[in-house]
Amino acid sequence: MSDLVLLLATGLGLGALYFIAASGLSLIYGLMGVLNFAHGAFMTAGAYAAWLTMGALPTAWPVAGRLLVGIAAGVCVGALVGLVVEVVLIRPLYRHHIQQVLVTVGLSLAGVAAAQGIWGADPRAVDKPVWMSGTTDVLGARLPNDRFVYVLVAGLLFAGLLALLHLTRLGLVIRAGVENRTMVEALGINVHRTFTVVFALGGAAAGLAGVLYSQYAGAVSPAQGGSLLIFAFIVVVIGGMGSLTGTAVAAVVVGLVQQLANYYAASGVGDLSVVLLLALVLLLRPTSLKGATA
Amino acid sequence: MTSPTDHLTDTHTSSGEVAVDDDDTAAPRPAGQRPQGRAHLLQRLLPVVVLAVLAYLPYVPVEVPGLLPGRVNGPGSLQLLATCLVVGGIALSYDVLFGRTGLLSFGHALFVAAGSYLLTISLSTWDLPLPLAVLAALGLSTLLALVVGAVALRVGGIAFAMVTLAFAQAASIIVMRNPGGVTGGEEGRPLDRDAVPDLLVGVVNAPYRYWLALGFVVVAWVAVTLLVRSRAGHAMAAVRENEQRAAVLGLGTYRVRLLALVAGSFLGALGGVVHALVLGGSNPHLTTSEFTLSLLVMVVLGGAGSRWGALLGGVLYTYADARLVEVSSSAVLQGLPDVVRQVLSQPLFILGVFFIVVVYFAPSGLTGLGGRLIRRSGSR
Repeated sequence: MSDLVLLLATGLGLGALYFIAASGLSLIYGLMGVLNFAHGAFMTAGAYAAWLTMGALPTAWPVAGRLLVGIAAGVCVGALVGLVVEVVLIRPLYRHHIQQVLVTVGLSLAGVAAAQGIWGADPRAVDKPVWMSGTTDVLGARLPNDRFVYVLVAGLLFAGLLALLHLTRLGLVIRAGVENRTMVEALGINVHRTFTVVFALGGAAAGLAGVLYSQYAGAVSPAQGGSLLIFAFIVVVIGGMGSLTGTAVAAVVVGLVQQLANYYAASGVGDLSVVLLLALVLLLRPTSLKGATA
Repeated sequence: MTSPTDHLTDTHTSSGEVAVDDDDTAAPRPAGQRPQGRAHLLQRLLPVVVLAVLAYLPYVPVEVPGLLPGRVNGPGSLQLLATCLVVGGIALSYDVLFGRTGLLSFGHALFVAAGSYLLTISLSTWDLPLPLAVLAALGLSTLLALVVGAVALRVGGIAFAMVTLAFAQAASIIVMRNPGGVTGGEEGRPLDRDAVPDLLVGVVNAPYRYWLALGFVVVAWVAVTLLVRSRAGHAMAAVRENEQRAAVLGLGTYRVRLLALVAGSFLGALGGVVHALVLGGSNPHLTTSEFTLSLLVMVVLGGAGSRWGALLGGVLYTYADARLVEVSSSAVLQGLPDVVRQVLSQPLFILGVFFIVVVYFAPSGLTGLGGRLIRRSGSR
C-alpha cells in the first residue's frame, strides 16, 4: 500500500513536470501550428539562468529565497528568449511550417552547443532547499516533498492558463485563433501580436519547467532540456495536439504509467511503456490527435 | 488553420518548396530548361567522373595541409573520408523520405542504428557468418521499418514527426540500458574482428574500408535513381506535391508513404551496416535524436529532393563536424574574448547557425544555390 502511494505521488510529480514542459508547446502548436524544437533550448536557458542567479546571490540568504529569485529569473529569461525567437526567426516564415520546424531544429542544436561551450558538458550541481529534499509521511509512505511543489506549481499554471484562455480578451483571441485563424484576421484582430504573446508565454512556461527539472535532477546540464522535450512531445501528441486539458490529462497518465512500469516491471521499462502508450493511442484513436481546441 | 486537411496541405506544399527537382522527378519541366546536347551528356558523365576520382584517391600520396590529417591516402584521411561518404549515403536514404515524399521523419536514425547494431550483435552474440549477419540485419531492420511505419503513418505532418521521434527515442533508451549486455550501453558494441574478412580490419586496410563506403554510396545512388524514375517514385512525388490531389486521383497515399519509408529505411539500414564495418563497431551516438536531427540538417543544407544535395550535405556536414574543432584552436580566434571562443569551438553551434542561415536565404540548399548561380551566369 505504502509503495503504491509513493509511486502515485512520484508519478504525479513527474506528470506535473511534464505538464509544465508541455503546456507551452501545446499552446504554441495549437495556435500557430509550430512544432517548437527549440523548447528544449528554452528550458535549458531557464535552468541556467536560475542556476547563475542562485550562484550570484549572497550565500547568506536561505536557499528557498534564492530559488524563488532564480525561478523568477528563469521564467523571465524563458519569456524573453521566446519573444526574441518569435519576432526574429519565426515570424518571417509565417505559414511555412516545415521551415519553421527546421529553424527551431537549428536553434536547438546551436543553443545546446553554446551552453556546452560556455559551461561545459558536465552537469553542475544545483542548491536545493532543505525542506524540498526531505520527506513527509502520508499513509505510511515517505513522500519526497519536492513532488508536492511540482504538483502545486503545475496546478497553479493549469488554472492560470485556463483562466487566461476563458476569462480574458487575449484568451478569447487565442481560442478563436485555434478554431479559425483566417476568420480572426478577417475580423480585424492582430493575430501576429497574439502569436508573439503566446510564444513568450510558452517560453516562460519552458523556463519554469527548466528550473524545476534542474531541481528534480539536482543539477543543470546542456542536454537536460532535450530529454524532457521528448516526453513533452509525447504528452502533447497523446493529449490531442493543442488541447490544454488533454495535455494535462496526458501528462498525469504518462507520469503515472512511467513510474508504475518502472517499479512493477523493470527499471527502464517505464520509458518504453510511454512510447507503447503513444503507439496504442495512435492505433486506437488516430483522429483525436488532429483535432485541436484550446 | 489547424483543421486536419488544412494542416496537411500546408505541410506538404511547404515541403514542396524546399524540394528542388532534379532531372528525373515527375514534375514536367518547361521545354527551355531541359538540358540538351553536350550539357546533357556532361550531366550524365559527371557522377562517373566524380566516382572515378574518388575511387582513385587511395593512390594519391599528396599532403593537403589544413584540409585533411596527413596525406590523402594516409589511414587518417581515408578513414575520415570513408565516414563522410557513409553518412552522405545515409543522408541520401533519408532524402527518399523527406525530399522525395515530403515525410518529415525524426526517426530515421532508428533504422540506421538498427542496421548497425543488428550486424554487430548477430556477428558476436549470435555467431552468424558475415553474409548471413548482413542479411539478418537488413531483414530485421526492414521489418522494424514496416511495423513502425504502419503505426506512425496513421498521422500526418507534424504529428508524424513527433511520433517517429518518440520511437527513435525509445530505441535510444533500449540501447543505453544495455539489455542482456547485447548493445554495450554507452560504450557501444565493437565489431567482432574474427568474423569479418581481414581486408576490412586494421589501420593498413583503410583503403578497403574507404572503397566499401564508396561502394555503398554508389548502391544508394543507383537505388534512389531507379526508385525515383519508377512508377512508385512518381507516386511519391505526387504525394509530396499535393497529397489530397494524389488521393483523389486514386493513389493509395498511405501505401505510397509506407513504401517510401520502408525503402528509405532499407537503404538507411544498409548504411548502418556499412557504418559498423567502416568504424569497427556500433556507437550509441547513432541512436540519439541529435543524429536524427543532423540527418535533416544535412539534407536541407545540401538541398532536399536532389541526390547531389543530400550526398554533398551529408559529406560536408560530417567533414565540418570533424574538422571545425581544429579551426577553434587556430590563431584566427585567439584575439576573441573567451566566451565567444568557447562558443565557436563547438562545431554544432556553427553548423546550427549556418543551417538557420541556409533555411532563410537558400531554401533549396547549397546545390540549389549553386545551380541558380550556374544558370544565371549561363544566361548572360
